[in-house]
Amino acid sequence: MTRLRNWLGNPWGKPRFLVLFTALYLVWSIVPILIAIRFSFNEGRSRSTAQGWSLRWYTGDPDSSVFHDATLHSALAQSLRLAAFAVLVTVPLGVALAIGLTRWRGRGASTARGISFATLVTPEIVMGTALLLVFVELLTFIPLGTPAQAIGHITFSLIFVVIIVRGRLLAIGPEYEEAARDLGASRMQAIRLALLPMLVPAIVASGIIVFAISMDDFVISAFLSSGTSTDTVPVRIYSQGRTAPTPALNALATVTLVVTIVIALVGFLLWRGVRAARGQTGSTVGEFAALDAEAVR
Amino acid sequence: MSESERRVGAKRGGDGFWAGLALPGVVWLCLFFLLPFYVILCVAFGRVDPIFQTPSPEWNPLAWNTAAFEFVLDGLFSSGAAFQTVFVRTFFYVLIATALSLLIAYPVAYYVARYGGRWKGLLLVGLIAPFFISYLMRMLAWINLLQDDGWVNEVLMWLGILDAPHNWLDGRASSVILGLVYGYVPFMILPLYAFLDRIDRSLLEAARDLGATPFQAFRMVTLPLSTPAILAGIVIIALPMFGDYYTPDLLSGAPQTNLIGNEINLYIRGGQQIPVGAALVVVLMVFLTVLMGYYLYATVRAQRRLGA
Repeated sequence: MTRLRNWLGNPWGKPRFLVLFTALYLVWSIVPILIAIRFSFNEGRSRSTAQGWSLRWYTGDPDSSVFHDATLHSALAQSLRLAAFAVLVTVPLGVALAIGLTRWRGRGASTARGISFATLVTPEIVMGTALLLVFVELLTFIPLGTPAQAIGHITFSLIFVVIIVRGRLLAIGPEYEEAARDLGASRMQAIRLALLPMLVPAIVASGIIVFAISMDDFVISAFLSSGTSTDTVPVRIYSQGRTAPTPALNALATVTLVVTIVIALVGFLLWRGVRAARGQTGSTVGEFAALDAEAVR
Repeated sequence: MSESERRVGAKRGGDGFWAGLALPGVVWLCLFFLLPFYVILCVAFGRVDPIFQTPSPEWNPLAWNTAAFEFVLDGLFSSGAAFQTVFVRTFFYVLIATALSLLIAYPVAYYVARYGGRWKGLLLVGLIAPFFISYLMRMLAWINLLQDDGWVNEVLMWLGILDAPHNWLDGRASSVILGLVYGYVPFMILPLYAFLDRIDRSLLEAARDLGATPFQAFRMVTLPLSTPAILAGIVIIALPMFGDYYTPDLLSGAPQTNLIGNEINLYIRGGQQIPVGAALVVVLMVFLTVLMGYYLYATVRAQRRLGA
């Protein structure tokens, strides 16, 4: 026990217990996913034992493979469609909101900040119920399905853009805008020419985060879906997870995972590129992790 | 809110300009965040159409009907009633899952922040990875593993811990709590990591120089300094857990593990008695607001104790 304490407490000694613990955690966190991916390549119909290797559940099976079963591949299309809408609308809306909220000092500013941050601590089931009821009872001209789902995704991801961009804005400070204004730029020009270029890394990062949380979302997509045709991948996994007769669902999850990671990776490389072009250095992954942590905080 | 920032506002006026920039986002949030909350209240205090069983919201607060709330409060506060059982169960599941998450998250975050060294980048990739794997896929992985003929049973039988396959997916509290911990622990590790990474090492050196043992240094310096991060981590995972219904549905699917989220989902999307569902949402929100209030109070107190 004393030795364990020493390992835990000594910033200079060898933390053998912690090494083991962290390694076990990583194995526990990643191996189940790898096993689920493994079963998607099964030749047989089992989702719980290994049965050879094939692409049957991706393309081969004429009825229930991801490629041939419309309910499966349309779910992926819907997930990507919603994520694209979310990124395209949320990022500009959020950047403007972040700049406005950070610099605005007048009456109403703190209320506006309070409302924005309240979305962060609202559980999804509460927001899902609220949006479902507002679209069914009041704003009936917005139909359930893609429009309602897109609005939902934009609403809950807005705050993440605000947090990331605001963090960067507070770090930059107002001096650059002031200098631009002193040199004769209008307010809009000062933002466009001095501020926005410095915000590019934060904007790219917030785009990646919005994409990831939109792809991950389940509750809002499920509550605002209008039927099978607007189900996203998580909704499909929820409704078939316990009853699915084949590993096709695993195949769908695997394809989605690969697509998400490839797009996020492209975004990450872009982020690293623009960041390097702005002359910022240091551990890129580390800084991105801190960013991610800030976003979930 | 630096001095120069305040100067920009004062010198150039232009508050209207900044408010205008924030306006589209604020209008959006009023339309799709604040207004929907009012609609929840109007539905919860509304009536149900006697023929079609559809809710008819009461838009005028002076004419609000409290029938749905009386039903919910009755189910909450008469002993042994349905909602009370579910609420207490939800509370304990969240409590246990949060405590386990903290026990896992703190050592991992501590190790990566302090001893990551040249492996830090790779370790961080491992910690970030779950953010890009959908929560539902991570639950699906456990559905595969916990089947009767799944690998968890195989391994436990091979080790001699079990004689026959154990049925994990049929109303087991342990499976649901495992799912919650597995699903939410990454969201706790990252903020803890970001915070522990920033702790000034010279403070620890000072503690050691003043004669503290390594464990004392940890207990008296690192741990108090990370209290705000621990509190934030708890809030980050406890709030969504209180609204979770998909984890019990996927890993148990039996009524004896239903959480408050399951009840809300059933009432709101089951079609009947939507006002009861709306009233449950209001009760949940009130409860979470009290919890958030306590969190803010505890954070302020912790920071004051640290003299920050």
